[in-house]
Amino acid sequence: MKKDQLKKWLEPLETAWVGVATHKLRSSLTILGIVIGVAAVISLMSIGRGAEAQIISNIEKMGSNLITIRPGSFTFGGVRGGVSETLTMEDAEAISKQVPYISAVASSYSSNLQLVMGGENTNAQVNGVTPEYMQINNMKVAIGASFSEQDYQCGAKVAVLGANVAKTLFGNANLIGQQMRMGTIIVHVIGVLESKGTRFNSPDDAVYIPLAAMQQAVAQPRTPQGGRIVSSISLTVSDQSQTQNVIDDITSLLRTRHKLAASADNDFNIMSTEEIASTLSETMGTMTLLLGAIAAISLLVGGIGVMNIMLVSVLERTREIGIRKALGARERDIWLQFLIEAAFLTFAGGIIGVVLGWVVAYLVSSMGLMTTVVTADIVILAVSVSIGIGLFFGFYPAWNASRLNPIEALRAE
Amino acid sequence: MIRLVDITKTYLMGERELAVLRGINMHIDRGELVAIMGPSGSGKTTLLNLIGCLDKPTSGSYYLEGKEVSRLSSGELAQVRAQKVGFVFQTFNLLPRLSALANVELGMRYAGGSDPKRALEALAEVGLSDRANHRPTELSGGEQQRVAIARALAKKPPLILADEPTGNLDSRSGEEIISVLTSLHAERGITLLMITHDANIAHHCQRIIHLKDGEVVSEETI
Repeated sequence: MKKDQLKKWLEPLETAWVGVATHKLRSSLTILGIVIGVAAVISLMSIGRGAEAQIISNIEKMGSNLITIRPGSFTFGGVRGGVSETLTMEDAEAISKQVPYISAVASSYSSNLQLVMGGENTNAQVNGVTPEYMQINNMKVAIGASFSEQDYQCGAKVAVLGANVAKTLFGNANLIGQQMRMGTIIVHVIGVLESKGTRFNSPDDAVYIPLAAMQQAVAQPRTPQGGRIVSSISLTVSDQSQTQNVIDDITSLLRTRHKLAASADNDFNIMSTEEIASTLSETMGTMTLLLGAIAAISLLVGGIGVMNIMLVSVLERTREIGIRKALGARERDIWLQFLIEAAFLTFAGGIIGVVLGWVVAYLVSSMGLMTTVVTADIVILAVSVSIGIGLFFGFYPAWNASRLNPIEALRAE
Repeated sequence: MIRLVDITKTYLMGERELAVLRGINMHIDRGELVAIMGPSGSGKTTLLNLIGCLDKPTSGSYYLEGKEVSRLSSGELAQVRAQKVGFVFQTFNLLPRLSALANVELGMRYAGGSDPKRALEALAEVGLSDRANHRPTELSGGEQQRVAIARALAKKPPLILADEPTGNLDSRSGEEIISVLTSLHAERGITLLMITHDANIAHHCQRIIHLKDGEVVSEETI
């Protein structure tokens, strides 16, 4: 009994196989259409996913519980103007004292300065930083050392270089202890940061010195109230679930301190890495989907190819259909036969396409062009869509075949 | 076995109605061997298609084994064909891509499942066991028709319908086919209806029904 049932399932599959194998070239070309479509979906989506994963990992390198406050635009006579200098050291101190769930606060004052080392020179963002800055921003020294407590206190003229800056100025030469001119002052290089590999606003392209030393290189401006202006305040949240509360608390504190009217916009921006990560991954997700959709068009074209071939196949096998009907095949049997054949073509295309797409994704990432991530959901999606395409585009030809009049079909040549 | 009452069949040819069968009454007993003769256009094949449940009459009733089948749906008709009727065609109608054995198995497929053992048996009955794995193109016309007979036979139907089974064969192969068919009839008591042009072949049968312009004009019992 069980054997009979197995046979009932195997027989239509065997018939479909004979149908496909009869026209090897034609079937291969039809399958190829699906293969290209599925491979395109897999490889493009894996590239999208890879980019997504890379961005998120870059953000995590910045420190996942990091909040950064920067001065925002100001409004002058109803016109939104440029960047204002509104954040001060005193703001940072107030935040540190008054806002709960904060583990560390640091501020930095940044300026673009000319760096000169022997014959080499470059322009880089120099950040004068307070002691917690390195730890908060998850920066580690790869060569040499970071600043000591004393360096911060007495404003020692020592610098830690971003990886790219170090490469530009020193190449591969030993740079620890070397002197370098930075704007108007001379500093000693004491360390080089681990490369973060990020692209925009990367610490790799910056130089760090103690804030006190920075104040000697450039005059740190003051607000009319006498606050010492900083370029950014960064802080870490001790309990990540409280991030939004911390942001809200800082916002109200700064609004009070800056004496902003209730109707005025904030004169600062608060960004949490969590927020950036979710925004970016959302954007990347949309892009991945878009890539997938573009690839899906080629899958659709492949599906139309399947339909085309199935229509030809039905026409060609009109007599066979008549014979089968005379032998007692019901409409359902004929319909199923052609539907399985179509699904067989697209399923084969789907499987080969997955393998090909995977290989393409692997090659792309192994050649270092892009990071790619092939995830199970992409594979399942691609294979099931390809079978679905077979069923969808096979439906009409199969229905056509099943509706043939057996007497007329037998007369066909 | 077969009872036809006032069967008519009319085809629409564009605007015109074409009456192919005009009131056929017929009774065929179980185990009979009957020849249907008549000039071309007399409606022989249409009649055979109706009896074989490939088509439905325009009016009238058709009882197969006591059950009226003239009002069945196409799906039900397909099941009747699968269970009760074996066809043998003038042009053999084997599937060219399949071996003789696979063709015979196909005959059983829709009747409840193929069985290679039974298929081989059927091939043996028509004397072709040694050709089981040959494709139709590798067989002579007579051999192909014998495969077709084995295909009709494999599911052990009570009724076999043959539409000019020797029409595409030389006379020697034709005689072979007729002797295969008549001996099957004699040994198994299968009801066999055969359309033929050949009076010699018709005289192998027990009864000859003459058709002309869609009507039975005469019957002779031999």
